[in-house]
Amino acid sequence: MNEARSIRFDLNGKAVQIDVATHRTLADCLRHDLLQTGTHVGCEHGVCGACTVIVDGAAVRACLMLAVQADGARVTTVEGLASGDRLSPLQTEFRRHHALQCGFCTPGILTTAHALLTNEPDADRPRIREVLSGNLCRCTGYVPIVEAVYAARDAYRSERGTDS
Amino acid sequence: MTARESLETSLVGSPIERLEDAALLRGRGCFIDDVHEQGMLHAAFLRSPVAHGRIRAIDTSGARALPAIRAVYTAHDVAKFAKGSVPTIPLRLMSSPELVPFEQPVIADGKVRYVGEPVAMVVADTAAEAEDAIEAIALDIEMLPAIANRRATVAAETLLFEKHGSNVAMHYEAAKGEARAQHTPYVRRERFAVQRHTAVPMETRGLLATWDGASARLTVKGAAKVPFSTRRVLAKCMELPEASIDLVELNVGGSFGVRGEFYPEDFMVPFAARTLGRPVKWIEDRRENLLASNHAREMDCELALACERDGTIVSLEGDVWVDAGAYVRASASIPPRSVAQSLCGPYRVPFVRITSHLALTNKTPTGTYRGPGRFEAEFFRERLLDMAARELGIDPVELRRRNLVSPTQLPYPLPTMTSPERRSELDSGDYAMALDRCLAEIGWRDKAALQGRLIDRRYHGLGVGCFVAGGAAGPRETARIMVEKDGSLAVYVGSASVGQGLETICAQIASDALRVPLERIRVFHGSTSYVSEGFGSYHSRSTAMGGSAILVAAESLGKRVREAAAQRFACPREDITLGPELRAEHGGRSLALAELAGDGLSAEEAFSNAHITYSYGAAAAHVAVDARTGHVDVLDYVNVEDVGRVINPLTAVGQAVGGIVQGLGGTFLEHLQYDDDGQLLTASLADYMLPTASDFPNVRAVVLEHARSPCNPLGAKGGGEGSIAPVAGVIANAVASALVDFDVQPRELPLTPQRIWELIHDRERTTGSVR
Amino acid sequence: MKLPAFGYASPSSLSDAIALLAAARGTAKPIAGGQSLIPVLAFRLAKPALLVDLRNVPGLDRIRIGADGVRLGAMVRWCDIEADDRLRGAHPLLVDAVSHVAHYQIRNRGTVGGSLAHADPAAELPGVAVACEAELTLMGPQGSRVVSASDFFRGALSTVLTDDELIVEVRLPAWPNSRRWAFEEFARRRGDFALAGIVAFYDRDASGRATNTRLVAIGTAQYPRRLRRAEAALDGSPVDEQAIERAARAARLEVEPASDLHASADYRRSLVETLAERALLEARARADQAS
Repeated sequence: MNEARSIRFDLNGKAVQIDVATHRTLADCLRHDLLQTGTHVGCEHGVCGACTVIVDGAAVRACLMLAVQADGARVTTVEGLASGDRLSPLQTEFRRHHALQCGFCTPGILTTAHALLTNEPDADRPRIREVLSGNLCRCTGYVPIVEAVYAARDAYRSERGTDS
Repeated sequence: MTARESLETSLVGSPIERLEDAALLRGRGCFIDDVHEQGMLHAAFLRSPVAHGRIRAIDTSGARALPAIRAVYTAHDVAKFAKGSVPTIPLRLMSSPELVPFEQPVIADGKVRYVGEPVAMVVADTAAEAEDAIEAIALDIEMLPAIANRRATVAAETLLFEKHGSNVAMHYEAAKGEARAQHTPYVRRERFAVQRHTAVPMETRGLLATWDGASARLTVKGAAKVPFSTRRVLAKCMELPEASIDLVELNVGGSFGVRGEFYPEDFMVPFAARTLGRPVKWIEDRRENLLASNHAREMDCELALACERDGTIVSLEGDVWVDAGAYVRASASIPPRSVAQSLCGPYRVPFVRITSHLALTNKTPTGTYRGPGRFEAEFFRERLLDMAARELGIDPVELRRRNLVSPTQLPYPLPTMTSPERRSELDSGDYAMALDRCLAEIGWRDKAALQGRLIDRRYHGLGVGCFVAGGAAGPRETARIMVEKDGSLAVYVGSASVGQGLETICAQIASDALRVPLERIRVFHGSTSYVSEGFGSYHSRSTAMGGSAILVAAESLGKRVREAAAQRFACPREDITLGPELRAEHGGRSLALAELAGDGLSAEEAFSNAHITYSYGAAAAHVAVDARTGHVDVLDYVNVEDVGRVINPLTAVGQAVGGIVQGLGGTFLEHLQYDDDGQLLTASLADYMLPTASDFPNVRAVVLEHARSPCNPLGAKGGGEGSIAPVAGVIANAVASALVDFDVQPRELPLTPQRIWELIHDRERTTGSVR
Repeated sequence: MKLPAFGYASPSSLSDAIALLAAARGTAKPIAGGQSLIPVLAFRLAKPALLVDLRNVPGLDRIRIGADGVRLGAMVRWCDIEADDRLRGAHPLLVDAVSHVAHYQIRNRGTVGGSLAHADPAAELPGVAVACEAELTLMGPQGSRVVSASDFFRGALSTVLTDDELIVEVRLPAWPNSRRWAFEEFARRRGDFALAGIVAFYDRDASGRATNTRLVAIGTAQYPRRLRRAEAALDGSPVDEQAIERAARAARLEVEPASDLHASADYRRSLVETLAERALLEARARADQAS
């Protein structure tokens, strides 16, 4: 019953092809098969959000997706947020606001916030909190995270242009 | 939110962005499960499904038959390796002979005593196959009655440790004052209870052990908090010299006291690696983490507070029962001692007799969790103060002011602890100042009119509490500073990083001390190979101890630089002056550090400390309670804390805010619930509820630098554990104020909506039914 | 908590999917968004031999609004409902209830069909479906059948779906503009399963009195059911405060919740009364706004 499938998908702008067992989660595939360990696993039952990645533009829990379900998709992980050596505006605001301590939950929060602001650059603080309530953090108490995401909105608005 | 009242304009005291962040933000951290080594195998544990029983047989043949399985180990294999008996895990701190019989064996040995106790270990090619194999092991256990609460423990119809004769492992006493006053006008007796909950860091535990047979060296990655202590224990269990074991600390996803102590897996995984001659990795899953990592906080008490009519405290007496779980693990001696010693807090209490009892039950063993014993003590005492104030007709703030230790009374002795005996005293501070600042921040006077008022379907209330938090435990910490070939500095410190920004703090201190820019400093921490001796990060000691060690090492390095330059310049050392970046100057000539680096410049020093230093402060909350659902909205929560010296205001406030939210989780949401058979009912994050971003948005912290600590050259008091301590007491006081018309007096945590609803509807449960 | 091994198929037609389920004789499970199923597998509470992924089956993800109401294909996701502006007017109760479901990431994958098939007693959509007397279209090897929501749920996590059947669509009857409605739930944290929740709506007759009252409680029974005695307490009344309190009290008496580790039966009953009262007040207030 240990079946394997060959899957192909776009990971952070690069095409990848890999053979995976059908019961391999996307999270484990990214981390252990593709060695992209930025996406973290905190619970394996879909509650903590540390494993959040972006699949076809939507933030999803990678521990609740099978790798085979990502076949043909466009996947963005935390590793795809910065451009070369430069941190993204969102990452920069996190640093400025001290929005991370141990850093374990951070990748999942960055991808979630990135997906949110990409689609809703005018998200207010209640909306930011609502969306981030699917990501657990034990160190920061969330306050600086919300401030960092709020501060990053400007960069997403200007990206969108004047017609938004 | 950030209030920085810093006295310096150098890097120390500056809110610089953290050095750790860039890598973590890119997802380029290295946490234990990120490590992949050639030939690595994976371990999984079969854990006891029952809370109490005698092991009759473990049939591992089903697991061994699976193709991907490399080994299966039980107590039988471990005993053979360890020359006849399964090693047990010693206490790390405050050990005493009475506790030795209750130490946990590194694998269940004849009996199981809690659900989750490791019974067998499987090593396989992949983690998934190891987990599959666990299910193929047949366990035959003769079930025994389970003790699931401490009242059953005391009744002792069943014994966890038959030889001992009782389920209470130890008693501690906190004592102060010679004679109890003969007659006090007012005595208030109450019972309170705090529920079992724990740290739940976002990263679960994990280890990767590698045995190099050729050099007989063992390397264990995934260490945290106290790697040197762990190495010592491991060396003894493995019968290896400490020097042939390396414990390596990688990025750590939070500890809060719970990660890093010596657990059964800390022996079993290296044991497997050594036996198989292959690297073995084990990653705890979340269900295991909730079942097997240290639990904490479960205590109940009976206390009596005696006062004069004007509220002046005369004595505090009583008993605290600590439900310690099935074994006394590495840090289990701390909470019962700490709760007893912390009950007085920053208040003058002439006479104290508190006995704490370490009771065993068939539940997961316990240990220290951020502010151990203090969160509990603050809840007990601040509730008692508010209740007494109400009954005496004294304003609760005024009652506190009357009893706070004043600056002229410092140092002020705390109760003496027994077994082992420890004396301590409150060192420096202006407790009333912190209280006043806190009241100003929350707008106490302006909001007084809201107390108990029904507005928009909700009752409003405010509560306050004062606290002290001990930090900087000794005995020592070590730092080593090395000059690299290019003149940059490598700073090695025995402290451990658990996510608190240790590297940044250390770099700031080193940079200021040596006047070397931040970019030319790299900090290495936590691993046993870095310094000759280390103690680690607990009891809020990394800044005070690790930072002070860096100062001492810096001074020492300066001397070495001058010595080396003096040799080159052929002049006395005293004639060398050190400029910025340790440039050695003498009579017009100068040498850059890089030019002296070839001389092998380094300095390693230890900083010793025998005095606990105390941060202090006050916290206040404004809540609104929906009396029909029992839901409490925290409209505002502020913590004010004087930490003596703030190295980095960003991280100091960050720690304080994080601690508040953890405290709110412990006050409202988090509960490790057991049924009568000792089964953990909340073994997932769906059932064990942690605070989320939308639960407590109105939280803020003010960090002060008013009273330096007299105990270390930095003047730092330690600030990581203060803000969590007062939360439950303050919130419960606020809820009681809000619901004054219903005469609601919270005495038990967590303050779930149902509990508050029950209190309002007069269905209050006695502490006897608390589990 | 690695998943146990299973076979996997992602058929490209509904009939193929059904054929695979039928051939597996109860050892296969369909997977839609996986948000409920995968945690079950992670805890090893189920070990199916085969997962039949519906992701490539066409035509299941449409939202159709017509004279007969709102038709949601089984693969419609929560985020699709949020994003469809027509639904705000076409079925405001649905939109409001769905806004309480889980969290952002879950809502990008979780589906209507998955939620109905999983049948968690505290889930919002089953409660809405029962209150609205929705109709579910099921498809199996023998063809399709239509089951009303009140006949679909049988117990906690239990429905009439057979091992070889799939939900294809759920139809919520047309929603009159003048309807008064509210959805109230009480959860410990945002996005958690409700400790109790109330779906409430009523229409008004010519003299402005309540008619066609629907009151359904979620989280207080094995599966959602209309609280007919509570409904009767409101029907025919002018929906004044006394009538609302009467209906709320009746709701409290009508539910038979269980005690579990999150809430006692007594507390749940109390919640039902509070939420029913608040929901009806809200529904009535909505009326005042509309007129």
